Amino acid sequence: MTVSDLTHSSIDPVSPKINWARIDEADNFAETVKLYRQGKYDEASFRRFRLQHGAYGTRMTSDYAMVRVKLPAGEIYPKQFEKLSQLSEQYSIGSAHFSTRENIQLHWVILEDVSEIFRSLAEVGLTSREACGNSVRNVMCSPLSGVCCDEKFDSTPYALATAKFFLRNPMAQSLPRKFKFNFTCCEKHGMVRMVDVGLIPEIQQIDGSEQKGFKIFLGGGLGNKSFVGHQLEDFTPEEDLLYTSIAVMRIFDRLGDRKNLARNRMRYLVNDMGWEKFQNLVLKERAIVRATQSVVTRLKVDTTPNKIKRPLKISDETGGSAPDGYARWLKTNTIKQKQSDYRSVFITLEAGDITSNQLNALADIIREFSSEGMARTGFVQNVALRYVHEDDLISLYSKLIQSGLAKSGALTMTTPIGCSGTTSCNLALTNSHRLAKEIQRKFLELHLDEDEDLTDSSIKISGCPNSCGQHGIATIGFFGGGGRLGKDMYANYQMSLGGRFDGETMLGQTCLRVPAKRVIPVILKIIELFKENKKSDDTLKSWIHRIVNDSEDSAIKSINDIKKILEPLVVPPTKDDDPDFYLDYGSDTSYHTKTGKGECAA
Amino acid sequence: MCCLTQSVKITSDIDSVRSEIRDNSISVIDVRREGDYKQDHIPNSVNLPLATLLSDDSPENVLKLVNSMGIDNETPVVVYDDTFGALASRVAWTLEWIGHSNVTLLETTYSNWKSLGLEIDSKIPDISKKNHSMNLQSNILATSDYLESAKTRDDVILIDNRERLNYLEQHIPGAMSLPYRTLASGDKILRSKEDMKRLLDNRGISGDSEIITYCGSVGTLSGLAYYALKSAGLPNAKLYVRSFKEWKNLQKPTIKQEDANYWDLSAE
Ligand code: HEM
Ligand code: SF4
Repeated sequence: MTVSDLTHSSIDPVSPKINWARIDEADNFAETVKLYRQGKYDEASFRRFRLQHGAYGTRMTSDYAMVRVKLPAGEIYPKQFEKLSQLSEQYSIGSAHFSTRENIQLHWVILEDVSEIFRSLAEVGLTSREACGNSVRNVMCSPLSGVCCDEKFDSTPYALATAKFFLRNPMAQSLPRKFKFNFTCCEKHGMVRMVDVGLIPEIQQIDGSEQKGFKIFLGGGLGNKSFVGHQLEDFTPEEDLLYTSIAVMRIFDRLGDRKNLARNRMRYLVNDMGWEKFQNLVLKERAIVRATQSVVTRLKVDTTPNKIKRPLKISDETGGSAPDGYARWLKTNTIKQKQSDYRSVFITLEAGDITSNQLNALADIIREFSSEGMARTGFVQNVALRYVHEDDLISLYSKLIQSGLAKSGALTMTTPIGCSGTTSCNLALTNSHRLAKEIQRKFLELHLDEDEDLTDSSIKISGCPNSCGQHGIATIGFFGGGGRLGKDMYANYQMSLGGRFDGETMLGQTCLRVPAKRVIPVILKIIELFKENKKSDDTLKSWIHRIVNDSEDSAIKSINDIKKILEPLVVPPTKDDDPDFYLDYGSDTSYHTKTGKGECAA
Repeated sequence: MCCLTQSVKITSDIDSVRSEIRDNSISVIDVRREGDYKQDHIPNSVNLPLATLLSDDSPENVLKLVNSMGIDNETPVVVYDDTFGALASRVAWTLEWIGHSNVTLLETTYSNWKSLGLEIDSKIPDISKKNHSMNLQSNILATSDYLESAKTRDDVILIDNRERLNYLEQHIPGAMSLPYRTLASGDKILRSKEDMKRLLDNRGISGDSEIITYCGSVGTLSGLAYYALKSAGLPNAKLYVRSFKEWKNLQKPTIKQEDANYWDLSAE
């Protein structure tokens, strides 16, 4: 060996358990792009191929792609962080994006470079295969699964096994439409009724012994038209998890609408057929699957517990005084785990964006502070370090400050979700992404993250009606469109109130249209109304919940009452009076709507 | 090991540089700032801060600098920096331009050299002046006028080595984006030949095309790309050394990626 062969790679205590990658897919992709560029591959089949491999199109151009890297169950290891850091610098814009579905996305990648990304991802066991297209999308799991105080058991191994079973499985390669699984920890942390298949772990006493299983919800989902999922049965024992999943997918595959692309998610099938009929079909199909498959087809659930080992500290910095802002951060970014002495720490990002330097820094921070040696991505464009020992929190906070990752408010309403919007999406009508950042900056400046009345509320923003920003389940939700005064156009959002994604999941109710540049004052006005009218133990969420359910008895009884008060705030000024009003956030030219070909149905 | 089988050698590996320093058979140029150099450097290396070169990079002055560093036509030269090889590339390219044919880049950065625990020194070597001849290689230089006319030819490829967001915001029409970060691999300032070839080949950068590289202002990032191309066996490369800064000052045409707010995806 010569000196130049030496590399100084850090040795990680834990490494990825599952290799999701296949290196030959990189070569195949590179070859196919060449054929496509030479005109030997038609547009439609190339698009299908590209999406199947996890590369989306990009706004107003066919030169670039967005690569969506799957993180099944949200697990991400230090080496993977480092690789993504490198990839974001080499092939993207120097930043990467945490999505709402536990993917990490690289934008503005040159189509010809996508295969290079696949090749590098394979070095750390990651894939973007079936992250887009009509396949089983990334299988999600609550970032708190395994540490949540209210969970019956940790569903992470089941999420991983499900992801593994369906990835590259021929059964899941050409479904009528995309298909999503969400596993969670408990009702409160939610997100199971807004997805094709949602699962909450459950334990039942059967013949005196404890039986693990799930509460399964089917046929929910967000989009141009959104629906809340239905619970299949009281309890589905764990042996039936796979058979139920297969049964549901078979029915969808057989009966799903392959013609009308705008209405072909499973929720439409459930809705058209009626829940009871669908439910019966599933139960019958499952009996068939069980009878024919049970001997050979099994989920390989690996329930060996993860090693929890507090990393050795080279210098013991505990006992030092806490930096400014520590108490605020501790309150708004961390959650006590069911394991005593440990907390889960959520990192505040702006609409999920993170720089390549920060990705690198996180790799080291995980090695230094997480006793499980990895991180978990969450439901709201964020990432969490778990198993951080209480005694290490101050020094962790100091480290986060150095990397610009110590902002507060991760677990509060001050960190809104914003889909890609006009930053990269072909269907976008507004810059929802930037709006989310603007709200966050303003609300942190106002210390709204410290207001306990606001913590359990949420703000979610989509750049068009398609709901990628999940506005329908937000306490205050927005989706973008264009408004007009005479011949002048401006970015305008439809606002809805009262959406929820927990045990009482419901869609928000439409309130009124709010111009982009009035969104912040309008939200502040809603908060002011709430403060004037709240009952002593109200949160904004509970107050709005009563209003949308017609059970509020104060001065403001209905969405309409709120609307009336807000109306004066949303009146457009003339262009001469306020030219800035006619510019969307992040834009210095007058607003106009412009969209390209969308690929959500592809 | 890179480049041994190639007719042109682009980078020098650490091991051979160390033994050539011991044998006193090469001249090593450190292009970092004078203060950094004075603190410590690779033993026997001479200092040529990039700023010094850029303050007057006329062939006559470059020749003077080369002579004062004790380099003649026969002296093998290795250049290093601490900025992923970009500054070193600009210096190496300049030597090549005035007609020095035996110049390579150290395969890694000074920081990495140091972190591997290799020899360093603070002693400034005694240099005796040499006499290098002038043999200007105009074929590796692209001027703005040259670029403007070359661009219209089918067999010319123009490459922009700035970061992607800068490229999207504004670039020379017809240029393709290849950010300088793409060229390195791990601790090496350039990918292996095989990796580089695959990357370029995917982009359709291959064969006999003439390739012109440019970056933001002084030809550093694009200098690295110039060597990246050569390392992949593409010899027909030119550096637009005054790069985008001059192009803009001359008010020549530029274009941008329209109708998208890509800057708002950045977490910077
Ligand atoms: C009719 C078309 C589309 C529909 C109905 C749709 C639906 C959705 C939904 C419901 C989500 C939220 C995640 C979930 O809870 O399942 C989502 C996420 C997402 N979608 Fe779409 N989508 C569409 C098209 C697109 C397009 C064209 C793009 C741009 C390439 C896109 C990019 C995203 C992104 C980036 C996310 C993650 C959100 C984030 O964190 O940024 N979607 N999509
Ligand atoms: S909601 Fe609309 S604008 Fe936002 S990512 Fe989805 S399709 Fe694009």
